[in-house]
Amino acid sequence: MCYLYVEVQSVLSIPPRLIHRGQASVYDTGCVMATPRADDWSWFPALALGVSFLKCILINAYHSTDFEVHRNWLAITHSLPVSKWYHENTSEWTLDYPPLFAWFEYSLSHVAQHFDKEMLVVQNLIYTSPATILFQRLSVIVTDIVFIYAVKECCRSVREEKGSKDLLGHPFFILAALLLWNFGLLIVDHIHFQYNGFLFGILLLSVARHLQGRHLEGALLFTVLLNLKHIYLYIAPAYGIFLLRSYCFTKDNTDGSVRWSSFSPVRLVALGSIVISVGALSFGPFIAMGQLPQVLSRLFPFKRGLCHAYWAPNVWALYNMVDKALSVLGVRLKLLDVAKLPKASMTGGLVQEFQHSILPSVSPSITLICTLLSIMPAVLSIWCRPRGARGFLRCLVICALGSFMFGWHVHEKAILMAILPFSILAVESREDAGIFLMLTTTGHYSLFPLLFTAAELPIKVLLMLLFTLYSFTSLKKLFRGSLLNPLETTYLLGLVAVEILCEVVYPLSPWQHTLPFVPLLVTSVYCSLGVSYSFIRLYVSLLRQHGTDKHKQL
Amino acid sequence: MENWSLVSICVLFGLTARWAVSLNSYSGAGKPPMFGDYEAQRHWQEVTYNLPVHEWYFNTTDNNLNYWGLDYPPLTAYHSLLCAHVAKLINPDWVELHASRGHESYGHKLFMRATVLVADLLIYIPAVVLYSFYLSEGSNKKKVCTVLCILLYPGLILIDYGHFQYNSISLGLALWGVVVLGLGWDVLGSLAFVLSLNYKQMELYHSLPFFCYLLGKCFKQGLAGRGLFLLVKIAVTVLVTFALCWLPFLSDPGQILQVVHRLFPVGRGLFEDKVANTWCSLNVLIKIKTILSTDTQLYFSLTTTLLAILPSSIKLLMKPTLWQFKLALVNSSLAFFLFSFQVHEKSILLPALPVCLLLNDLPLPAIWFLQASTFSMLPLFLKDGLLVPYVVTSLAFLFFSIYLLSAFEHCSEDKLRLGPYRRLLICMPRMDLGRVTKWKFYFSITAMAGLSFMSVSLAPPDQLPDLFPLLVSVFSYLHFLGLLLYFNIVQIAEPPQSVRKNQKKSN
Repeated sequence: MCYLYVEVQSVLSIPPRLIHRGQASVYDTGCVMATPRADDWSWFPALALGVSFLKCILINAYHSTDFEVHRNWLAITHSLPVSKWYHENTSEWTLDYPPLFAWFEYSLSHVAQHFDKEMLVVQNLIYTSPATILFQRLSVIVTDIVFIYAVKECCRSVREEKGSKDLLGHPFFILAALLLWNFGLLIVDHIHFQYNGFLFGILLLSVARHLQGRHLEGALLFTVLLNLKHIYLYIAPAYGIFLLRSYCFTKDNTDGSVRWSSFSPVRLVALGSIVISVGALSFGPFIAMGQLPQVLSRLFPFKRGLCHAYWAPNVWALYNMVDKALSVLGVRLKLLDVAKLPKASMTGGLVQEFQHSILPSVSPSITLICTLLSIMPAVLSIWCRPRGARGFLRCLVICALGSFMFGWHVHEKAILMAILPFSILAVESREDAGIFLMLTTTGHYSLFPLLFTAAELPIKVLLMLLFTLYSFTSLKKLFRGSLLNPLETTYLLGLVAVEILCEVVYPLSPWQHTLPFVPLLVTSVYCSLGVSYSFIRLYVSLLRQHGTDKHKQL
Repeated sequence: MENWSLVSICVLFGLTARWAVSLNSYSGAGKPPMFGDYEAQRHWQEVTYNLPVHEWYFNTTDNNLNYWGLDYPPLTAYHSLLCAHVAKLINPDWVELHASRGHESYGHKLFMRATVLVADLLIYIPAVVLYSFYLSEGSNKKKVCTVLCILLYPGLILIDYGHFQYNSISLGLALWGVVVLGLGWDVLGSLAFVLSLNYKQMELYHSLPFFCYLLGKCFKQGLAGRGLFLLVKIAVTVLVTFALCWLPFLSDPGQILQVVHRLFPVGRGLFEDKVANTWCSLNVLIKIKTILSTDTQLYFSLTTTLLAILPSSIKLLMKPTLWQFKLALVNSSLAFFLFSFQVHEKSILLPALPVCLLLNDLPLPAIWFLQASTFSMLPLFLKDGLLVPYVVTSLAFLFFSIYLLSAFEHCSEDKLRLGPYRRLLICMPRMDLGRVTKWKFYFSITAMAGLSFMSVSLAPPDQLPDLFPLLVSVFSYLHFLGLLLYFNIVQIAEPPQSVRKNQKKSN
C-alpha cells in the first residue's frame, strides 16, 4: 500500500503535504485518475476534441468574404470542366490557388451537394444558406484532422529532459496546447474563414518528418503543400538548401563544411522525381491545355499594391509611416506644397496602391531583392554549418518572417507561417521561448483588425487572453523563470493600451469620422515594431549559434 | 502551472463559450406581436425607466400587464432599471415608452447579451470559483476541473445566453448563499439567499433547505443560549433585507398584495407547455387538468410537494452539515419541480445548480442529471433556433465532465453509494450495481441522442403534433424521478462519516 502511495505521488508529483492533509485523502484517489499520466497520451485527443468543440460553437459567428471566395471555388470546380477553372470570372473572387487546391475543392463539392445543391451554382453569388454555412464550417473543422495528426507527430519529436514532472509541465503537452489552441489559427480559420489548419497540418507534418529523419516524405509533403497554396514559396529556400546540403551530401568535413565528394546523385534524383511528379500531376493538365500563362497570371497578381488595405505589421508599414510623418512635417514647416503631394490614400478598404510622397516608391522587384537579402544569411548558414533538422527549422522560421517583413502585398495572416513552426523551437530552448512570446503576442494582436464586427470583439479578446495567458504561464513554468526583460514586458503591456485606445476610446471620439483609418495605422505600426524586434533577435540567436560553433572548433 | 492561471484559463474558456452561444438567436427573435423572453426583459427596462415605481406592477394605460407585465420580485425590477439607464445612455430608442415595443437591432442584441455577461461575471462565476476552491475536496487540479465543469453546464448557458434570461443572477446569489454558509458566516449567507429570493420567486424551491440548515444550526448550538442569539440575528437580517428590497412598495398594502399577486399567478393552471414534471407526464394517462378544479389542483400539488420534501428537510434539520445541505437543496428543488404548481421547463435550472455542486462527489449521477436537464429543454431550444449550440455544448459538457472528473472510474457501488439499493433489492440476483448504472447511463444518453435527432429530422404524425416534445418531457421526467429517489436515498441512508472512515482504512 505504502509503495503504491509513493508511486502515485511520484507520477503526479503532488507535494506530500497535500496528500497528508487529513480529510482530503479520500478524494485524492480521484485526482490520481482525474489527471492522466503523461505517457498514455489520452490527454491528446481530449485537447484536440476540446478545441474542436470550440470551433463548432463558432459556426454561427461572423465570416468574411473569404467564405464566399471558397463557396465560389466549390461552385466553379463542381460545375465547370477543368479547362474553364482558371478562366471563369463571374465572381470577382476568381480561383487563384494552385491546381491541387482546386482539386481539393472539387472533392469537397461532392460532399457539399448533400448539404445544399444551390451553393454549387456559379451564378449564386454571396449565397449563405444555413446548410452552406454548416457545410463550409464543418469542412474546415473536419480537415483540421490533418493538423491534429501533424501536431501529434511534432509532439513526439520534441526533445525532452528526463525527470518526473506533472503532465502540464511537459514540453510536448505545452507544444500540443500551443499549436492546437493557437489563437491566430482559430480566428483566421474558424471565424474569418480559411483552410489554413489543413495546410499548416501538411507543413508541420513535413517538418516533423524531417525531425524524424524521414526526409523524402518531408519533401513530398512540402511539394504537395506548394501545389495547394503557393504562399509557401516563401519558405521554399529553406527546404531547397536544407535538402540539398544535408540530404544530398551525406558527409561533412571535420570542421562542419560540406564534403563535396560525398554527393549522392541517387538522392538528388529521388528528390527531383518527387518534385517533378507532383508538379506534373498538378500543373500537367493545364500545361497540356496550354493554359499555364493564364494559371500563373491568376496565381501571381502583381497588380495589387505594396501593402494590403490594412498594412501587415512589417518594414513597409514603418516605411509608409515615416513617409507620412515626413510629409506632414514638410507641410508644417512649409517645405512642401500640399497641392503637389500625391493624394495618399490609406483609408481605402480596397486593394490599391499607396503613393509615397517623400520617400521613393517601392516596386515589386525591390521587395523581392530585400526579401532575398534578408533570408540570405540564414540560408547560407545552414549551407555552411548545417545543424540538423532544428537548424533547418530555425532557417524556415527566418525565411517565413523575412518574407513577411519585406514581401510584396503581404497579408497579416502570413505571420502564422512563422509562429506555428516556431512553437516547436520555443518549447526546447529558453531563448527561443522569449522570442516566441514577443513574436506571438504581437503577431496575434496584429490579427485583431481581421475581426472588426462588434459582436466578435469579446470572442477575439477572450481567446487572445486565453492563449497569451497560457503561453506565458506554461513557458515560464517550463523554463523556471521570467523570459522577458522589463522593456519587452512594457512593450507587450502597451498592446493593451493600444487595444483600448483603438477599439474603445477612438470610436467614441470625433476623429472617428474624419480620420477613420488611424486605429489601423496605429495597430500596424505598433505591431511592426514588435515583429521587427523579434526578427532581429531571431537573427542574433542564429548568428550567435554560428559564432559558438566556430569557437568550439578553434 | 499556478492555480490562478489555470483557473483564469477555465474562466476565460467558460466566458468564450458563453459569448459564442450568445451570437446565436434568442427567444422570439423576429416573431411579432408577442416576441419572447428577450422582449420581456427589454420591456421591463422600458417600463421601469419611464413609469413611477407604484405603477410597475399595476395595469395602467401606460403599462399593459398582458404584454409581458412585470411578474418577478422587486430586485429584478431594479436590475431592469439599472440596465435601462445604461441603455438610455447608449441609445434612447431602446427604452422609449411605447415606441420601443418589439425593438430589435444588432446593437441592442449586443447590449442585452453584454448585460447578461456582466451579471454572470460579477455574481455567478466568482461564486463557482470560490465554491470549488473552498468547499470542494481534493487536489488543486481536481478543483480546477470542477470549476471548468460547472462553468460549462449547458442548460444555464443556453437559457441565459441563447434563450435570454438572467438566471445567473438568482442562481449566483443562491450559490453565494451556499458558499458563505459553508464558510460559516450564517448572517451573510442568509442575506445572499434573501437577495436571490427577491430576484426570482422561483428561488423558493431552495428556501426550505436554507431554513432547515440555519434552524438546525441554531438547535445544535442550543436554543437556550447561543442558538437563540444566532436565530435572532438571522431573523433580523432576513426581515431587514426583505424590507429594504420592498421599501418602495411598503407604504401601501395594496401595492404589496398586487406584487404578490403578480408573483404567484395561481389562475394559470397546474402546468402550461410540455414540462418534464409529474403533472404533465401524468396527463398523458389521466387528464388531471379537466377532472380536478383549480383549487383542488393547487392543494393536491401543495400536499404532494410537501410530502416529497419532508424527509430530506427533517434529515437536514437533525444534521445540518454542508453535505446534507447540498443534497437537501437538490431534493427540495427537484421535488418542487416535479410536484409543484405552475412549473416551467426552465425551472429545472434550480435543481441543476445544487447538482452542479455534487459533480465532485458523485460525478456520474450528477452528469447524468445535468445532461437530462439540458435535454428536457430541447423543445424550447428548437423553438429558439439553438440546435447547433445545444448539440455542441451538450457534447462538450459530457465529454469534459466525464474525462476530467473521471466519472466512469468512480462507478463502484461504494462510490455511487448504492448500498441501500442492495438492501432494498435483496431478492434481486447478485450483480454489480455500479456496472448496471454505467450501462443504464450509456443507454439513456443514446436514447437522448436518438430523441434529439428524431425531434429535429422527423415530422410528427398529423394526429399527434406534440409527439416529440411529449416524448422528451416524459423521458426526462423518468430520469428526474429516478434521480430524486436516488438523491433522497443518498441523503437519508448514508452516514457520510462512516463511509469516509471505511475508505480511509482501505487506503
